[in-house]
Amino acid sequence: MSTATTHDEHHEHHDHGPEPGLLRWVFTTNHKDIGTLYLLFALLMFFVGGALAMGIRLELFQPGLQFLDPHRFNQFTTMHALIMIFGAVMPAFVGFANWQIPIMIGAPDMALPRLNNWSFWILPFAFTLLIATFFMPGGAPAGGWTMYPPLVLQGGANVPFLIFAVHLMGISSVLGAINIIVTIFNMRAPGMSLLKMPLFVWTWLITAYLLVAAMPVLAGAVTMLLTDKFFGTAFFNAAGGGDPVMFQHVFWFFGHPEVYIMILPAFGIISQIIPTFCRKPLFGYESMVYATASIAFLSFVVWAHHMFTVGMPLSGELFFMYTTLLIAVPTGVKVFNWVSTMWRGSMSFETPMLWAISFVVLFTIGGFSGLMLAIVPADFQYHDTYFVVAHFHYVLVTGAVFAIIAGAYYWLPKWTGHMYNETLGKWHFWLSAISVNVLFFPQHFLGLAGMPRRIPDYAIQFADWNWVSSVGGFVFGISQLLFVYIVFSTIRGGEKATNRVWEGAHGLEWSLSSPPGYHTFATPPQVSDAEAHS
Amino acid sequence: MSQSDTNRANRRAAGRLGLVVVAMFGFGFALVPLYNVFCELTGLNGKTGVVEASALDGAVDESRLVTVQFTASVNSRLPWEFAPLKHEIKVHPGKIYEATFVARNMGSVAKVGQAVPSVAPATASKYFDKTECFCFTEQRFEAGEVRELPLRFVVDTDLPAQIRTVTLSYTFFERDAKG
Repeated sequence: MSTATTHDEHHEHHDHGPEPGLLRWVFTTNHKDIGTLYLLFALLMFFVGGALAMGIRLELFQPGLQFLDPHRFNQFTTMHALIMIFGAVMPAFVGFANWQIPIMIGAPDMALPRLNNWSFWILPFAFTLLIATFFMPGGAPAGGWTMYPPLVLQGGANVPFLIFAVHLMGISSVLGAINIIVTIFNMRAPGMSLLKMPLFVWTWLITAYLLVAAMPVLAGAVTMLLTDKFFGTAFFNAAGGGDPVMFQHVFWFFGHPEVYIMILPAFGIISQIIPTFCRKPLFGYESMVYATASIAFLSFVVWAHHMFTVGMPLSGELFFMYTTLLIAVPTGVKVFNWVSTMWRGSMSFETPMLWAISFVVLFTIGGFSGLMLAIVPADFQYHDTYFVVAHFHYVLVTGAVFAIIAGAYYWLPKWTGHMYNETLGKWHFWLSAISVNVLFFPQHFLGLAGMPRRIPDYAIQFADWNWVSSVGGFVFGISQLLFVYIVFSTIRGGEKATNRVWEGAHGLEWSLSSPPGYHTFATPPQVSDAEAHS
Repeated sequence: MSQSDTNRANRRAAGRLGLVVVAMFGFGFALVPLYNVFCELTGLNGKTGVVEASALDGAVDESRLVTVQFTASVNSRLPWEFAPLKHEIKVHPGKIYEATFVARNMGSVAKVGQAVPSVAPATASKYFDKTECFCFTEQRFEAGEVRELPLRFVVDTDLPAQIRTVTLSYTFFERDAKG
């Protein structure tokens, strides 16, 4: 096979650097290059999705319609979600996986380098299809990111673009997941047994299984939408014996594992950072592994808690309520272990640690509001209100996004060979941590008071907290520009980073130079106990 | 392990995972009939049962009266009028009753419609059986045609005691419409 031969040739002279020129990025099969591409793509999409969020907050700044007509507003909410989920958060985590997994387990590269190139380069095409819908007659999809029929099928020209974009994103993440599983099982250095792997690798292994099991179900659901719209089938069309509620069941069978796909790698990043800055091994490593696996398993049996109000029988609501509440147990184990790791540790508060600690606190708030939503009688009140919006932004922004930013500060010196500007990093943290709470905490109040989500206008009594929320949103949005400045100035130069970077860092990646060579671990390293997880 | 051994193992593992992906894609489609079977077995989602008239044991619970209400609506794309003749009747469980609906095609072209039934409360749907219904087949109406649509049904004697009112609703959809 040609893959095998080119791969072998690379190792004949493994000191050579990347190809010169821009085409390097197109043809690259190097895990570090592809990791960089994923991360930069995610950063770009974070700002595209963020711009839409700014539009949403601008419209909600005051009651009445000022900037966006209702149809355009619905396009903004729908596209904000799709871009942030599939364009920013998921590719960012895959970028971390590409950069970190090989150098954390002592592998020379990902197991399937060509596939790796492909899984990244599908993404720009997927998002070109998706974002192009803004410029079509009828505009972008406006039926919500959950794509419920029959509303989504009334989208006009954007419907096939939306569906094929989702197909492409699905193919990209499934290929990435297969690559990660194969790499972790087949490419570990001798002595790196499964229960010696860094927790980031563990959480990604489990996430990859979730992707392999859940993404194809989404592909199936949108394929059914496609054939319902264009080929006369009636999966979700009551006239032909179908049922629109069926779509919700199939969608959320994917959708709930999806939310853990977006948070388990975040757990992994946080589990790397906290021990480093506490100068202490992670408390309860094995229970962390088992907790992650339990969360992943439970994620497949809770899907209908997203649809308590569709008219389910009592027995169904009780089942999904209890399984959902059960997830709090392994999640609680994780939070307990993070806090116990800090207990009597020699803590220091560099920027990555600040983000990690705020992750633990704020993610837990999001978890608690999730428990409130899990309780059926309460959910009937909260359903489709801003309380839900506040909940999932606490777990996805102060959860997933904060972990991504924490991980970026943590590994940026390793990747670039330069220390970032600590003062600016702290400014970025404090501005973000304060403004994000100003942005999302009042949305709890709005939701409890009955403000529905996905509407461009609202009753006058919601005006004050919306004003506060919008101000927080603008500050949070602008603060992220600081992050871009810090990242690019660190890439261009700065104080030289040591190999270990952080005093308390453990793991194979810290035994490499900063930045690591283009090819690393061509011969597998010896894994000493000191460099294993604990 | 040599490089080529590793590559072969990698390809084999990737192939196996690829099969899992294909299987899960199929599972997404399999969920559709699985949910339908599940709903029919449990009576969830208001899916009503069908029984042969001869299969009934004839036991009638004369001591009990249940109110059966009828509602009828038409999907907006179908230019039809559709209504029950009587909006509600009182029935004894176990006895077969007849109800009649009337539909009229107000449009200028012939259309084929399909009526979709639903029973509320959902727990009653398991005990609501139809022996004959216009919803079993497609209904073709010529332009301007008016026709009576018959329904024969029986409420099961096992209907839980706390249920005193059952609502049967029909919605007419255009049969060959897409989306």
